Formats: sequence, C-alpha cells, structure tokens
Amino acid sequence: MPRSAADRYDLLTIILHWLIAALIAGLLVLGFVMTRSSIDPALSFSLFQWHKSFGMLALLLAAVRLLHSWLVVRVKPTDGMGHAEHLAARSMHHVLLLLAVAVPLAGWLIASVSPLEIPTFAFNTIVIPHLPVPKSDAAEAWWTTVHAVLAYSTLALVLLHSLAALHHHYHRHDGVLARMFPRRHRSAETSIRELKP
Amino acid sequence: MTQKSVLLATLLLSAAFPAVGRSAVEVPSLSAAAGRYAITPKSNIGFAVDQVGGGGIKGRFGKFSGTFNLKAGDLAHSIVNFELQPESVSTGQDRVDAFLRSGAVFDTSHFEKITFRSERVEQTGPDSAHVSGTLTAKGHSSPESFDVKLTSFGDRSIAFNVSGKIFRSRYSMDVGTPIYSNVVQFDMMIEGQRD
Repeated sequence: MPRSAADRYDLLTIILHWLIAALIAGLLVLGFVMTRSSIDPALSFSLFQWHKSFGMLALLLAAVRLLHSWLVVRVKPTDGMGHAEHLAARSMHHVLLLLAVAVPLAGWLIASVSPLEIPTFAFNTIVIPHLPVPKSDAAEAWWTTVHAVLAYSTLALVLLHSLAALHHHYHRHDGVLARMFPRRHRSAETSIRELKP
Repeated sequence: MTQKSVLLATLLLSAAFPAVGRSAVEVPSLSAAAGRYAITPKSNIGFAVDQVGGGGIKGRFGKFSGTFNLKAGDLAHSIVNFELQPESVSTGQDRVDAFLRSGAVFDTSHFEKITFRSERVEQTGPDSAHVSGTLTAKGHSSPESFDVKLTSFGDRSIAFNVSGKIFRSRYSMDVGTPIYSNVVQFDMMIEGQRD
C-alpha cells in the first residue's frame, strides 16, 4: 500500500466508496419505505430484515473503509484548490466516513435496546448478536430518533458532497471526481503515472 | 423431619410402590369420567415460537370456548370441539400483539375464529391419548393432532395437559420465517366442567 501521498485513490478505496454509496442510497430508500404506516405489516417486517442485513454489511464495509482511509490512504490535494477549500473537503470526507459507521451502529443499537428482541439474522445466514445494552421502550425511541436524524443528515451531506464533485468535474474541469474512478475512466492529465514514459 | 429423612422416606416409598411415581393423578375409570364437559375459562391456551439465536415469542389466548364428550367404552369416538378468538392473543408486548392480529398473521378483522374439530381419539396410556382432527384458521383447514395427558380429576371437573406442534405455513401465517420458527408449540391446560 502506498504510504506517500498519491494523486489518485487506490482501487480498494474506489470499490468501497461506490459500494458504500450504493448501500447508503438503498438503505435510505428502504428505511423510508419500511417505516410508512400505510404499508402491509408482513412487507414492512420483511423490508426491516433486508434493511438490517444490508445495514450490517454497510457497517462492516464502512469500518474497513474508515480504518483504511485513516491508516493507509494518502492523497495529494488537487491542484487549484485553496487552503480553505481543501480543509472543507477533507472535513466533509471525515464526517461522511464517520457517519457511514455511526448510522448503522445507531441502527444496531435500536435492535439491541428494543424489548421486542427481534434477532438480526443477516441475509438469513448469520445471527448478529445484540449489543450488551439494557432494553427499554424509551431507549428504543431514543436510538430510533438518533438513527433517523443521523441518516437524513448523511443524505443532506451526501447531496452536498455529490454537488461539489459535479461542480469540480463540469465547471472546474479538474480531477476531483475522476480520481474516485478506476484509471481507465479518468482523463490522462489526472495521473502523473500515465504521463510517464 | 429433616430434609434428608424426607428424601429417604420418599426414596423408600417409591421403591416399595413404584406406581406412585408413574402417574401424577389417580386415573379414574373411563366410565367414571364419561360425560359431556364444557371447557372453562380457567383453562390456559399457551403457545411459543422459537427464534433464531435462542429465545422466542411466548403468548396465550384469553378468549376461547369448547366442549368435549368422553364416551365410556368408545373413547375413539369421543368428540372435542374447540374454538378460540385470535383477537384475544397476548404476548406481553403490545406491538407483537398488534402484528399477530394484523393481516400478516391472524388477520382478525376477516377471520374471527380459529377452530378445532376432533375426528379420532386414540388412547396411548392409562392417562394419555392422542387427539386428531381438523384445525381451521385464516381460511385454511389442515389435519392436526395433539397429545393429551390427564392432570386432575374431580367429581364434576377434569383437566388435561394438551400439547402439540403446528406448522404456521399451513395457514398462511409463515411471516418472519426463518427468523421465527415455522413451528408453533402449543402447551395448554384444558379444564372441563361437567354439564
């Protein structure tokens, strides 16, 4: 793994970034639909279980991504970005990395504190134990609110993050968005390595 | 008497009279027990559904009624009729109760009753029997059977422990499998009062 700052993201980061992005989008839709009181209770139950399964997968991938990002990944700031801009981008990335772990963790806590004690049977294959926390209706209501607030905050920040990436790509014409894609999809000027003979 | 001597006396007694330990109640002769009984509200209709990783849902039905007719000399043709109102389910968790009443499980707004009609009674021991019949729930009927064991017998009343396992998939109630077992275990105390 490269320890010195690179001008592009490594393949693991790229794969995890887009997988987690897809999971977050799907989980937000599932989370919204499954909690509508108008839907069939059996369908709601089923959607909850899918939400928990994919949520656990998101937690696992986000934890790997967070550690990998903090311990391994070093990328150079894109040319043409000011200090404040760079700082804002980095802060956004850290907050998103943390939220990607915090939101599913809060979800796990809902399942864990709920007096209903509904098991988390990820993809009908692995029983994920509840966290060792006291159970109560009040704690369940509290963590449900925390989970929802964090999830919708993530949605807002993801939209901001995406708009910034699109702005860089279509208005600034720099390599900010391109470097989150594998090499062949990026324009040549974003990779110094490609310019080398 | 000390605890030890009580234990010793019990051991000696059961060695001398092995039959004492076998049956919890004195088994009445069938002719003494024969007759029509109405199932009393003191009965308990309990059930349990296991869940993956241990534990599960335990509950009971509060509203039910039924009769049984024990025929002396013709136990096989004894008749049991039982019905319960799934609306009366209680598990100690309001949200679970509401889910069980919903269209996902009992659909109590369309199906008010769950009924059992016996078709055959087989004696399996001095105080036990196997009752087979038809269970109807949520618009589906299926053959089911229960094990019955006599637990008490008085002048005008008789009580049994009734247990049985039922696949809820047979009644379109298999929501939540495989997190929750498809098997519902019934453990009931049925008390009958002679008419």
